[in-house]
Amino acid sequence: MKDISCKLLVIGAGPGGYVCAIRAAQLGVDTIIVDAVPRPGGTCLNIGCIPSKALIHAADEFAAAAERATGDSLGISAGKPQINLAQTMEWKAAIITRLTGGVSGLLKKAGVKRVTGPARFRDGRTIEVETDTGVQVIHTANVVIATGSSPAELATLPFGGPVITSTEALALTEVPASLAVIGGGYIGLELGTAFAKLGAKVTVIEAAKRILPQYDADLTRPVTRRLKDLGVKVVCDTKAIGLTGKGMLQIDGPEGESRIKAGKVLVTVGRRPVTDGWGREELALEMDGPYLRIDQHCQTAMRGVYAIGDVTGEPMLAHRAMAQGDVVARIVAGQKMQWDKQAIPAVCFTDPEIVTVGLSPDQARESGREIKTGVFLLSANGRAMTMQANQGFVRVLARADNHLVLGIQAVGKGVSELSAAFSLALEMQARLEDVAATVHAHPTLGEALQEAAMAALGQALHA
Amino acid sequence: MGQHTIKVPDVGEGIAEVELAEWTVAIGDLVREDQVLALVMTDKATVEIPSPSDGKVLWLGAAPGDKMAVGAPLIRLEVAGEGNTETTPEVSASETAPARSAKEPEMGEPHPPEPHPPEPLPPGRPVSTAPSPATAGAHLPRPEGEKPMASPSVRARAREAGVDLRRVAGSGPAGRITHEDLDRLAVAPDAAGPGAGYRRNTSVERIKVIGLRRRIADRMAQASARVAPITYVEEIDVTALEDLRKSLNAARRQDQARLTLLPFLMRAMVQAVARQPHLNAHYDDEAGMIEQSGGVHIGIAAQTDAGLMVPVVRHAEARDLWGCAAELNRVSEAAKAGSATRNELSGSTITITSLGALGGIMSTPIINVPEVAIVGVNKMAIRPVWDGNAFAPRKMMNLSSSFDHRVIDGWDAAVFVQKIKTLLETPALIFMEG
Repeated sequence: MKDISCKLLVIGAGPGGYVCAIRAAQLGVDTIIVDAVPRPGGTCLNIGCIPSKALIHAADEFAAAAERATGDSLGISAGKPQINLAQTMEWKAAIITRLTGGVSGLLKKAGVKRVTGPARFRDGRTIEVETDTGVQVIHTANVVIATGSSPAELATLPFGGPVITSTEALALTEVPASLAVIGGGYIGLELGTAFAKLGAKVTVIEAAKRILPQYDADLTRPVTRRLKDLGVKVVCDTKAIGLTGKGMLQIDGPEGESRIKAGKVLVTVGRRPVTDGWGREELALEMDGPYLRIDQHCQTAMRGVYAIGDVTGEPMLAHRAMAQGDVVARIVAGQKMQWDKQAIPAVCFTDPEIVTVGLSPDQARESGREIKTGVFLLSANGRAMTMQANQGFVRVLARADNHLVLGIQAVGKGVSELSAAFSLALEMQARLEDVAATVHAHPTLGEALQEAAMAALGQALHA
Repeated sequence: MGQHTIKVPDVGEGIAEVELAEWTVAIGDLVREDQVLALVMTDKATVEIPSPSDGKVLWLGAAPGDKMAVGAPLIRLEVAGEGNTETTPEVSASETAPARSAKEPEMGEPHPPEPHPPEPLPPGRPVSTAPSPATAGAHLPRPEGEKPMASPSVRARAREAGVDLRRVAGSGPAGRITHEDLDRLAVAPDAAGPGAGYRRNTSVERIKVIGLRRRIADRMAQASARVAPITYVEEIDVTALEDLRKSLNAARRQDQARLTLLPFLMRAMVQAVARQPHLNAHYDDEAGMIEQSGGVHIGIAAQTDAGLMVPVVRHAEARDLWGCAAELNRVSEAAKAGSATRNELSGSTITITSLGALGGIMSTPIINVPEVAIVGVNKMAIRPVWDGNAFAPRKMMNLSSSFDHRVIDGWDAAVFVQKIKTLLETPALIFMEG
């Protein structure tokens, strides 16, 4: 196969990689993108963000219908609902097909050349791809490593049989009677909650003292309460030891060892960066723990070798990878760019949802500065009441001296959509006065942000 | 014991290749951790490659002077414990070094056959001996460590203009830096301002200089390096010559080529070198010998699709005007068609270069070494010329001629060009013998 060459080669067509490739091509850079599979979109589109949101939506609809079977508080009653999960999965697959097809179209429109097959570095400027039709050697002036991450495995519970990753959980065609979720992080809770709503008996096993340990207790309290209402058993400070011969899951907690029934065991104990299998050993890259070390230009220790996304560390979020991809594309196109983002929002699609942007209260306190905090409860927000979404709050943290907004958090039904406003406030380096002086539409959940900013200024209106 | 391969590290100069300057160890040497193994050179600095661990040198990947790609294997050590290198099967040089690296490293001794699982040791960090630029700490508008406050568009504009916002005082609320603050600093507006509409093109194409282009480059470099050129420009009144050319062309026979100005110039040169034979010569500077040629073989620099070629009209002294024109046509066409023989493209003793309508008003022709003279024809134009009483419109043309001043003095050059001028201005003289 004849060698080909390009100015930019992107390894991995996930959200980071495809954004980087499209932007670079739009800027006139001769770009090739390589992925092991023909469908672009990586984990996010195919087995992550998108399919999990589809499943969560289906579960919410089913839960609402189930509530109506006994007559809900709105006065609506209906028969007992049924779910054909296989059909739900087909609907989910159609969304994925549409999105990945869309990305393929965008890559093509921008003029990005695609090569499919596992890629491997020969050196910092040469990559080999094992395509179906033979080994394709690609010479490139710049390369972006966007290999992403994969689910972490527990030595005591190797994947296989009833032990599944999020990928398999998102492809189940029948609701398991019982599901044990190992790891009370956002992935485990999102999926655990969805399956509980679909009728599975769900147990969440978390090794730390509480679920979602990266968030403060005020933020996670509504989630814990809702899990309890849904009948999800949460056991903290507990480790999974392994499966017994009869398919029981053995766990070890504060009250000693015990066994729980689990038709499926979903292991969501985090994700590992994919730093092997693509020839890292051929390069002189520096590591930052398990991740590739990058500088503010997303460049590794080697000139012209960039890395973006999960392989470069936390937060492992698609939108961070996308933003990094854009930065790298512009740098390769000759623009003066660097990573100077003020904040990366994080959304947890639990019930209710959690949004965080910028510093947490603990982090803000650790900075040693005097902090102002403003909280507005959704129970005082008109729109929240009409949506039966009055659990939760919006909280704003700012510097006491100049009122620069440092962080915004929220928990509540539908608050994920508020993340746009939160991020804009942080990125524009807004002050409390800026947020408070912005007219927010009534009646919307967003008013809670304005009210929280007013509260931080000591000028609350509705509280 | 294991084997540890150290690769050429990225030395932070933005380049993919380094030159191995020196080995500070030899095969069989025992080395300590951090001991310098080699010096590699970039355009800007010499960089030391330290050893990542104690060990014994097994194999060296290149000889001093070799260019090596970043990431290519540089040196292999025998180290305690497991190395990072599979000892079987042997990797071939072509697999480990890119085709673009200047030289493939020679593989040394065959290695002991026991395999080790690869386990990378931390690669040797390059230590640059070039001084790092000092970061000057000037006046800061806000306390140390405090981030400047600015919206993304202000930050982008500052970045594009190379302005460090940490050094910019902000006039906005709470010290926020605004676009107006940047205006005051006379920072250029956004690169992608309204109405620009053009896209930056940062593409760089690398084209290998081969074939005819390389031959031209070599010849030009040789000429530029060895010849001491003198260029002499004179204007010629070609009004009479043009009249003659027109009447001759009007009366030409079917089998005769159309006359351009060049056959007249060729004949004039034949006459001029008859008096100054040392201008129709080759100078062999290595032998210290001038080879004067009896035959006047005139090279005609011609642009072809492949590049510059110089087809030769041999023995112009033995051809009349029409003969020169016919032969000129023939060899030029052959060169353009790519069918010219080696004989038709070599052996000239003096050269003419002409770009016709593109000839400009003056040029500095490069001598076609080993020749010693070249005559450049510039564009013909009607210019007002003072004839003693009034300005008259005359057809004027410059000749820009270069000579190898090592063997041709300025005086000789001037005499030669003046002779040609006389002949071309009174073209009847061209047809007079002697």
